[in-house]
Amino acid sequence: MTENEMHFEYLLRLGDNCAILGQRLAEWCGKAPVLEEELALMNVGLDLIGQARLLLDHAGKVEGAGRDEDKLAFFRDTQEWRNLLLIEQPNGDFAKTMARQMFFDCFQYLQFEALLDSSDKTLSEIAAKSLKEITYHRRHSTNWVIRLGDGTEESHEKMQAAIDELWGFVPEMFDMDEVEDAMVAAGIGADVNALRPRWDEMINSILEEATLKRPEDTWSVRGSRVGKHSEHLGFLLAEMQFLPRAYPDAKW
Amino acid sequence: MVSDPMQVLEPVYDEENVKKILEMVKDPEIPVLAIEDMGIVRDIEFEEGGVQVSIMPTYSGCPAMDVIAEDVRSALLLHGYKKIEVKTVLSPAWSSDFITDKGKKCLQEYGIAPPVSAGSKGAMLGIDPVGCPQCKSTNTRVVSEFGSTACKALYKCDDCLEPFDYFKCV
Repeated sequence: MTENEMHFEYLLRLGDNCAILGQRLAEWCGKAPVLEEELALMNVGLDLIGQARLLLDHAGKVEGAGRDEDKLAFFRDTQEWRNLLLIEQPNGDFAKTMARQMFFDCFQYLQFEALLDSSDKTLSEIAAKSLKEITYHRRHSTNWVIRLGDGTEESHEKMQAAIDELWGFVPEMFDMDEVEDAMVAAGIGADVNALRPRWDEMINSILEEATLKRPEDTWSVRGSRVGKHSEHLGFLLAEMQFLPRAYPDAKW
Repeated sequence: MVSDPMQVLEPVYDEENVKKILEMVKDPEIPVLAIEDMGIVRDIEFEEGGVQVSIMPTYSGCPAMDVIAEDVRSALLLHGYKKIEVKTVLSPAWSSDFITDKGKKCLQEYGIAPPVSAGSKGAMLGIDPVGCPQCKSTNTRVVSEFGSTACKALYKCDDCLEPFDYFKCV
């Protein structure tokens, strides 16, 4: 890959996380446990879709092949998506949605904080804008994990089960590869591997307050970087992309 | 200000004049608040017989931005400008500190508690007290940090019991 191709690839990774998680959260519309929470989930989802638009628009310009944010969001197949496997996991119950969200919010907070210093000016501007939003997201998901973990016997059990179920998706967030290395070397990207200790610190203190147990590192899965996704992504894309694919010139 | 849209006007290439026109453009979600007072108009530039207005989004996913851009265009068209470009800029990231004092007053009168200074982390995280826009009591509490739009949180006053929107600090 040329440096430009890697730059494009890197921006896709960032943007795809936001796009897919935004879509996942939108699935809660009309189904959240209480009205205030429904508003919160839609707000967070909207922020993420906004971030995805900015990142994918930028990615399209870096690629220089005439693809805009919509082309990238609606006309790529499963293998071309670069979001983390964690992100595409189904919502499950509310505890699972919050566990996924907290893992990602803490990660995205640290990653975007590091991207403030990116030599890619547009990327650092997007990071600065997004960080203000992520601060709210992280507080929201963290509070729920603590409240449910340190809640009733049943909520504690469900929260612990959610943390356990998603734990194996965590290591992929901190993987370095050729693209990540090259982007760090070019001053464009953030060294995610170096962020792991701070992420662990955050998570440990949340779990402790929530009276939850940190799971053992027994299994982990990877594959998103090379387009190997879980089957869930295909179903998500089928719903998300249906309209623009069925009516490619539709305007609304 | 013009009332007859059919009247052909000669545009005035002057920043003050454009600002005056932009006072007509309100935030579609908060119809009392002019976008100027919201602090989202970043730049007004003139080049080759055209005008370029740069606006900053309050939140990345703010759905009002497209409407605002269209409204800016319409207001300027109405005043005879032909070559109009409305650009979205990200830097500096919009902060609730950019809302003018007049804007804060408008929000308060409309029933939305204006943001406490963004410089304070406590305010951003909803720790500092927020005054009820109805009875001014600070005996209020957060119902949800996410409200009817991305930029607002939901509060309740424990004195007059009114629920109200709080414009979040970012």
